[in-house]
Amino acid sequence: MSFRIISPKNAQKIMKSIFWASGILTIIILIVIIGYIILKGMPVISLEFLLADPIDSGRAGGIAPMIVSSIYVTLIAGIVAAPLGVGAAVYLSEYAGESRLVKLIRFGAETLAAIPSIVFGLFGLSFFVIFLGMGWSLLSGGLVLALMALPTIFQVAEVSIESVPRSYREGSLALGANKWETVYRVVLPAAIPGITTGVILGMARAISEAAAILFVVGSALAMPASIFDPGRPLPLHLFVMATEGISLDNAYGTAAVLVIMLLVITVLTNTFVERYRKKMMGR
Amino acid sequence: MNKRLEEYFVEKGLFITAIFSIIVILLIIAFIFREGFPIFQEYGFLNFIFGMDWAPSDGQYGVFTMIIGSLCITILALIMAVPLSILCAIFMAEIAPPTMTKILKPVIETLAGIPSVVYGFFGLIVLVPFVRVQFGGTGFSMLTASIILTVMILPTIISVSVDALRSVPLEYKEASLALGATQWQTIKNVIFPAAIPGVITAIILGMGRAVGETLAVIMVAGNVTQIPGSIMDPVRALTSNIALEMGYATGLHYNALFGTAVVLFLMIMVLLVIANYYHYKKKVVIGGGYL
Repeated sequence: MSFRIISPKNAQKIMKSIFWASGILTIIILIVIIGYIILKGMPVISLEFLLADPIDSGRAGGIAPMIVSSIYVTLIAGIVAAPLGVGAAVYLSEYAGESRLVKLIRFGAETLAAIPSIVFGLFGLSFFVIFLGMGWSLLSGGLVLALMALPTIFQVAEVSIESVPRSYREGSLALGANKWETVYRVVLPAAIPGITTGVILGMARAISEAAAILFVVGSALAMPASIFDPGRPLPLHLFVMATEGISLDNAYGTAAVLVIMLLVITVLTNTFVERYRKKMMGR
Repeated sequence: MNKRLEEYFVEKGLFITAIFSIIVILLIIAFIFREGFPIFQEYGFLNFIFGMDWAPSDGQYGVFTMIIGSLCITILALIMAVPLSILCAIFMAEIAPPTMTKILKPVIETLAGIPSVVYGFFGLIVLVPFVRVQFGGTGFSMLTASIILTVMILPTIISVSVDALRSVPLEYKEASLALGATQWQTIKNVIFPAAIPGVITAIILGMGRAVGETLAVIMVAGNVTQIPGSIMDPVRALTSNIALEMGYATGLHYNALFGTAVVLFLMIMVLLVIANYYHYKKKVVIGGGYL
């Protein structure tokens, strides 16, 4: 004992403060980044900024077409990826059992989640834009983002479907329902909060992505009339504003809008999940 | 009979959604490799990978400097991110009181949710001038890119590590504490060693995110194709190379950028296979009652 330079008791004290410091540092990092963006961006944001078209390639004016483009691509991503992701999750947890194929499908989802966004971008360019002839459009962009949102939705949905108690399924089957009726009427309704969270997380990934749509969505400044028009979602607009040095003020404004949107999404999903968890616990 | 038919079609339909991600991956491989193949054929795969010069106007397509650039940025980011995120993960899993955990969880989710362009923008506006003033040079450097990447991969490493730490059986901890070990001794000698395979998976996933990050790196790294002599030198990552030049590339240059994507894809696949190996090992080790 006497050879120890630091006694276990002191080591415990020192390490505890180091752990606390690292936790607090993480919080500070977030506050500094978000605080800076919002403080600099808030003065720029006004109703006019949100509702007006950009003037002089973004030097003045607002970001209305970018907001509309973002909504379009995110909705396309959600509408396409949600049924695919949830369907895959249902198949894996209810129908497939444990086989080589299931392992392969899981590895596939992991791979899809790990592929760099710029590689998705190149794939979107060569497949949707050129090979399928969709051109530079919100549709091409939305479809690329759907592929990126897919693994998130699948993984979250699978966990929430698997956490539905076995007894629910047994009760339904005992009443004479067949498998699909059980899944559709019992398992999916019970798993809905988790599935919703998954879809929101997938769409959040889609709304914040820029690299994957850089060469797919067309980067047009005009208000898109339909999903077959090119557009420029918010993250892409921010990238162009910042790197081409067009307007620092408008870049701050765009960044703040993006950050506020993501804060709202995070808070909403958290309260939603928390409330549901309480409801389930209180039963 | 009708019901049975419905059941049959539902199952087949669900099966198709399940294999959809595999189909997508095969399509991605097919299209990226198809467009990238001409550069390997005409310039030579080894010349492409190990070539030191990238000068598309002179017909030089070597990406070696960018492979090194990507690796250097990633490793420097890991050196900063791994200690902080492991400490923070242990804090969340073992030490923090419930209120602190309740604050940290959304903090980490928000850090993970901030768009990479916003990180890049923050780096460009705040970090680049900071580095320029503190360390000299232009401020666009390997160090700046690594700092931004550090923040971006923190949430990945923390959340996966927390899961790994929490999945260590409670008996291990109780046994250690019952033997009179302090909390720190228990963490150091029991909980952390048992969670190591999961932590390694977390680090590799963070590494994958760092290698694949594009726009945030472009905005702060300086994008010069050279082997960096110091951490203050500008570098160009593989991802940046694609995003910077795809807008105007034609002919073999276009193929060379797809070739760059092939290299990236292969790097990510190697990381994934390693991560899966450790994931598998973790299950075996913990299930087998390792202590």
